[in-house]
Amino acid sequence: MTTETPKGARVIFERPELLADRSTHYCPGCGHGVVHRLIAEVLGDLGLGARTIAVAPVGCAVFAYDYIGVDFVEAPHGRAPAVATGIRRVRPDAFVLTYQGDGDLAAIGTAEIIHAAGRGELLTAVFVNNGIYGMTGGQMAPTTLLGQRSTSSPGGREAAFHGYPIPMTEMLAIMPGVAYAARGSVVDAAAIGRTKQYLRRACEIQLEGRGFAIVEVISNCPVGWGMTPTESIERLRDVVAKEYRPGVIVDRTREA
Amino acid sequence: MTITTLPPTPLHHGHRVLMKGNEAMAEAAIRAGCDAYFGYPITPQAELLEWMARRMPEEGRPFIQAESELGAINMALGAAATGARVLVSSSSPGISLMAEAMSYMAGAEIPMVLVNVMRGGPGLGGIGPGQADYFQATKGHGHGDYRVPVLAPSSIGEAMALMADAFELAEKYRTPVFILADGTLGQAMEPVELTFREPPRLGADWAVTGAGGRPPRVVKSMHLAPEDLELHNRHLQAKFAEITAREVRWAGENLDGAELVIVAYGTAARVARTAISRAREDALQVGLFRPISLWPFPSAALAEVAARARGVLVVEMSAGQMVEDVRLAIEGRQPVAFEGRTGGMVPTPGEVLDALRRLRGATGADDAASAKETRA
Repeated sequence: MTTETPKGARVIFERPELLADRSTHYCPGCGHGVVHRLIAEVLGDLGLGARTIAVAPVGCAVFAYDYIGVDFVEAPHGRAPAVATGIRRVRPDAFVLTYQGDGDLAAIGTAEIIHAAGRGELLTAVFVNNGIYGMTGGQMAPTTLLGQRSTSSPGGREAAFHGYPIPMTEMLAIMPGVAYAARGSVVDAAAIGRTKQYLRRACEIQLEGRGFAIVEVISNCPVGWGMTPTESIERLRDVVAKEYRPGVIVDRTREA
Repeated sequence: MTITTLPPTPLHHGHRVLMKGNEAMAEAAIRAGCDAYFGYPITPQAELLEWMARRMPEEGRPFIQAESELGAINMALGAAATGARVLVSSSSPGISLMAEAMSYMAGAEIPMVLVNVMRGGPGLGGIGPGQADYFQATKGHGHGDYRVPVLAPSSIGEAMALMADAFELAEKYRTPVFILADGTLGQAMEPVELTFREPPRLGADWAVTGAGGRPPRVVKSMHLAPEDLELHNRHLQAKFAEITAREVRWAGENLDGAELVIVAYGTAARVARTAISRAREDALQVGLFRPISLWPFPSAALAEVAARARGVLVVEMSAGQMVEDVRLAIEGRQPVAFEGRTGGMVPTPGEVLDALRRLRGATGADDAASAKETRA
């Protein structure tokens, strides 16, 4: 669909070239669409579309390849960092990006993400953390907050019974192979702007050959959280962002 | 970054050398143009990984000792999705961990060669040689409706030749291919005439390489709509039918005038060969039918061979797995007996000879012909 620019008007906001001109399958209010857009913008800004090979996860975002116009490989659940490692090693000229949710990265794929980071693989990892298994109907994730209800923690997550939420990005950040780790958010326009900066930096670090880079994005899941989109954004701001604090967690490219 | 490498290893095509099976398979893969290797240590295939650890850097090609077999096979999935020629190796318990990605690769039609140097199971089992993963390799391995070609070498020289063939099959049909070896083949050293062959590159017009100058590509196994997934499965089944029609491999020995036929593959076929030569002293003519492609199984050829004999003996290093495919091929037209040891034990030629004698008795063959009893 092409929209003609009316006479005398100028374009101040447009669809990124790498973002498909179509509706997504995501639920109303879901943050995945925002993160997809940011990735399409950053890859476009850096001129990386032609040499990007991205890895799609299992979960809601498996269909990322329907929306972001680059080459994609679909990984088994949790294995995106291993798949990306294989791509990286045989395609030194490619730009390699992974996209994973919290169940994918922080539960079933814990070993793969830790070892890819430990090897300092030249990868840019995008980790969308909405604290729930969205696609399978709202079960508890490793990142589900204490007290949070889910279909598999119906009385709310209890530390003594379900264990504690796992701060994956902080854990990864302590490893020397991790050049950059940051946490963004989709809570409002300002946070989305900062998240874009983190994503851009995480991409540049791969291009500079500095090491593994990860950007966690705390996001919302209105349906999985049992809320309206507006309520879910309020919870993201008032509750989730207090536990998973946005900001740059480590940037070893700025250390001596 | 500096990687310290050992001096290059001079191994020339056509030379006769004493070599370990695991190392010979690794070198054959390198000479077949293997672009990347991913593995994880496990007995009895560790020498394959160690050989690659030394040789791949010499060749300037990627080698990764992964965090697990899951890591290794998924690295292979990623590398192979870009069109690279990729090898992975493991042994039985590790192969189980790789089942998930094998199913994804079969679904996404990603070529790759996977060596299983089989040991005894189930579970952690043991580290002695085995053939108990026949079902796993030939009947699917992972979930879903799929098959992958399975090649079973019986000597180190044959394993080297099959390595190049495996890459060729994998790329021709866009499928993972199994090389099903066993601990004996992997660990034994024998004189081998080095045969190296690098199959031609077909060009992967499906692979992900970066979408510059063309529409983006997606390498995937997901087809959410049942109608689409059924169509995709029909496409896969048509491919499997083509492989079944064109890629059957087997070898026969002493089949002309054979009274009985042994069906065995891999190391078990070598034990059978010894038993067959001893049986001659019994005036018992026994032929050897050795499947090389375990899938597709050489059913039609076996049925034809068996029709000329009085009975068939299947010898395996398992409790009896291939024997089911033999019975399906023969469809009750001849008696099929089984002789096997399992758990890492190898049948002795004497045990096989005894089984041949029992089968001869049961099939009513002329006992007068066997004038001489020899010690088993």
